[in-house]
Amino acid sequence: MAPEPPLLSMSGITKSFPGVRALDGVDLDVQAGEVHCLLGQNGAGKSTLIKVLAGAHQPDGGTIRWRGEDVTLRSPIAAMRLGIATIYQELDLVEHLSVAENVHLGHEPTTAGFVVRGKAARASTAALLHRLGHPEIDPARLVGELSAAQQQIVSMARALSHDVRLIVMDEPSAALDPDEVDNLFRIVGDLTADGVAVVYISHRLEEIRRIGDRVTVLKDGRAVAGALPAKTTPTREVVALMTGRNVEYVFPERPVTDAPAAGKPLLEVRGLARDGEFEPLDLTLYPGEIVGLAGLVGSGRSEILETIYGARKATAGQVVVDGRALRPGSVRSAVRAGLGLAPEERKAQALLMLESVTRNVSVSSLSRFSRAGWIDRGAERDAARAATRELSLRPDNPSVPVRTLSGGNQQKAVLARWILRGCRVLLLDEPTRGVDVGARAELYAVVRRLADEGLGVLLVSSEVPEVLGLADRVLVLREGRVVHTAPARELDEHRVLDLVMEGSPAS
Amino acid sequence: MTQPVSPPRGSTDKVPQVPLPAWRGLVARADVRTLSLLGVLAALIVIGGVTKPDEFLDTRNLQLVLTQASVIGVVTVGMTFVITSGGIDLSVGAIVALASVWATTVATQEYGFGGILFTSVLVGLGCGLVNGLLIAYGGMVPFIATLAMLASARGLALQITDGKTQIVTVDGILDLGERDAYVLGVPPLVMVFAVVTIIGWLLLNRTTFGRRTVAVGGNAEAARLAGIDVRRQRLYLYLLSGLCCGIAAFLLIILSGSGQNTNGNLYELDAIAAAIIGGTLLSGGRGTITGSVLGVLIFTTITNIFALNNLQSDVQQIAKGAIIVAAVLVQRRTASTT
Repeated sequence: MAPEPPLLSMSGITKSFPGVRALDGVDLDVQAGEVHCLLGQNGAGKSTLIKVLAGAHQPDGGTIRWRGEDVTLRSPIAAMRLGIATIYQELDLVEHLSVAENVHLGHEPTTAGFVVRGKAARASTAALLHRLGHPEIDPARLVGELSAAQQQIVSMARALSHDVRLIVMDEPSAALDPDEVDNLFRIVGDLTADGVAVVYISHRLEEIRRIGDRVTVLKDGRAVAGALPAKTTPTREVVALMTGRNVEYVFPERPVTDAPAAGKPLLEVRGLARDGEFEPLDLTLYPGEIVGLAGLVGSGRSEILETIYGARKATAGQVVVDGRALRPGSVRSAVRAGLGLAPEERKAQALLMLESVTRNVSVSSLSRFSRAGWIDRGAERDAARAATRELSLRPDNPSVPVRTLSGGNQQKAVLARWILRGCRVLLLDEPTRGVDVGARAELYAVVRRLADEGLGVLLVSSEVPEVLGLADRVLVLREGRVVHTAPARELDEHRVLDLVMEGSPAS
Repeated sequence: MTQPVSPPRGSTDKVPQVPLPAWRGLVARADVRTLSLLGVLAALIVIGGVTKPDEFLDTRNLQLVLTQASVIGVVTVGMTFVITSGGIDLSVGAIVALASVWATTVATQEYGFGGILFTSVLVGLGCGLVNGLLIAYGGMVPFIATLAMLASARGLALQITDGKTQIVTVDGILDLGERDAYVLGVPPLVMVFAVVTIIGWLLLNRTTFGRRTVAVGGNAEAARLAGIDVRRQRLYLYLLSGLCCGIAAFLLIILSGSGQNTNGNLYELDAIAAAIIGGTLLSGGRGTITGSVLGVLIFTTITNIFALNNLQSDVQQIAKGAIIVAAVLVQRRTASTT
């Protein structure tokens, strides 16, 4: 009796984006009825791989076999027709439509081809919700009124409303409480008992041990291990596979002195907290120091940074710069005190994409080049040029539109804005996101040089090596709480990954 | 004919730039869109000159065209700022109506010229203040807030006049509309329009106020995180639009010698259309006063040519609609190639 071919067999999948090789020959085999876990650090290629599987990205090379036959997934609809459903981390629900309408979006039960049979849709939705253990969700309610966990259930009901054979779940537990996680696992168990395969992505090793059958580990766009038993492979081995990357970044030298703590602190964060996002946090930053915040998605990293900056209003605590407290929830107060933020989403949160580099750089310092509101454009241009030269921003012509710049140079434009402003505390949120490998070392050197010139830098990154390589001191976050603080040289990647995934300092 | 170009300050080690002929520099500066608008205007003048050579090119007719353009032109300058910031002001026509009737009540006219001017401007600013507060600090969508203002201001204007035309009896006002008041053939109304245009251009292109307007319209979140007080800026912008409406109301009082609650009907659509065909992005982040003024001149010239050729206003409306569609299609083309 010949063994059954795997339900899904992806081999040699490659996918490149400008400047980045996201997938470099990935293999993935999934059997019917198994829970196949996908592990890897940020940037390892997990999300690109599942987008290829969902038909949202077209691979550059490699083959996909579905139940033994070669297939091409030209579009999300094509993948759905085969029975592949994906539940993304950012839920793709329409808030202003009802639960039933969302579940049946795109394949509504109809009469005569276009009259939607609302009652039938609600009835089948109710049946699906019952099967998912949430009969209390009313199919007629608007999705926008539901909790995050309930929305997750709706998203799952939507996946199941198709004739599904494989479900991809991208960090489904991130938004759930413990008892909701139990329910999720029960659903996963029911699905696999019916022969449905689940590709499960999570950073939490304990979850993978509970429900996983096999584990594939991705690193730098490759599958470094294909069929590890999920329940028995030691944590040490998994972490070792996830780290030890091929691409080695060059980090600048740290200053010799280990304690820049001499002198007055630049920034003091006292008991700062935001309900539901992160617990009270204390933090002191000295001039010349780079402090890193390491943690996973959902650990509260970005929220902490934005709250310090005043872009989110703290529910408790205060931020003190040079001994003076900032007005909570006021970005202007923070900027005046000398804080500058390079946000995670550069294009959405920092740049004026229609404008030149000069105007992007000068926007926070306009009053310096103006008298009674009248801008001295010569002085503005010269100052912007000086600031961008200091960072070797290319091209060396600040009148070009900022949208024509590469990711790394756009980031430099944001940094130049704060240098021009004379900022003293830089808050960097994922500073190398969308920056290609070659430009990273240069950006690291720039950040270190700025620190050497007396700035304090608070760095947030989901890439553990980046935090360890660049920061002097590291705060490890897990679910909105600091679980460990140590000088960067006393930590290594394994240790940090253990901390953020398991939460206990023992490894 | 080339000029020596001094190297940009601060650059010493760069390859010397090849100087461009002067006309090329001019072309490069005035962008393609402005040139094409000038081309359209020139074509209209040719059409007018060919179809009605005696009447269209007559000085009196040209003065009339410019005078008619002045009222809506001043409104459009304010509208351009609001749209550049990513907003919209639907209430401009109604504010013009309210300001014109408030400033021409019997009681106001007792204060003479100054009373009428002061009241027009103050009513415009007052309405702008309400719009601005509702939008910037009340968190209302500009479309809704100014739609509400449109309805209420029109209603209040009707209540004040009871539907009657309020004739102006103040001599100083009426005199400004007479030919005797023209300076070197230029009507005073047109001079006001010119001054408003120049101030508007400088404000948008040369001041921190203009920069902040563009920043808020281009990316409000980025502007906020860059330390700009986005809400205050929004308040100022609707105040500015209200001010322009007040000035326009004053011009309209001079032009018509009266105040009516039907004044400024559909000005909001004309002003938005002129700004959009001029090249201001409806989504915000890019605005051009030059383009807006050219847009106003194009619309007013079309109206004039159609009237001279005895074509009905329905045909005018169709032509305007076609021009808006054509202009936006051209914009999409140029936007995708840059």
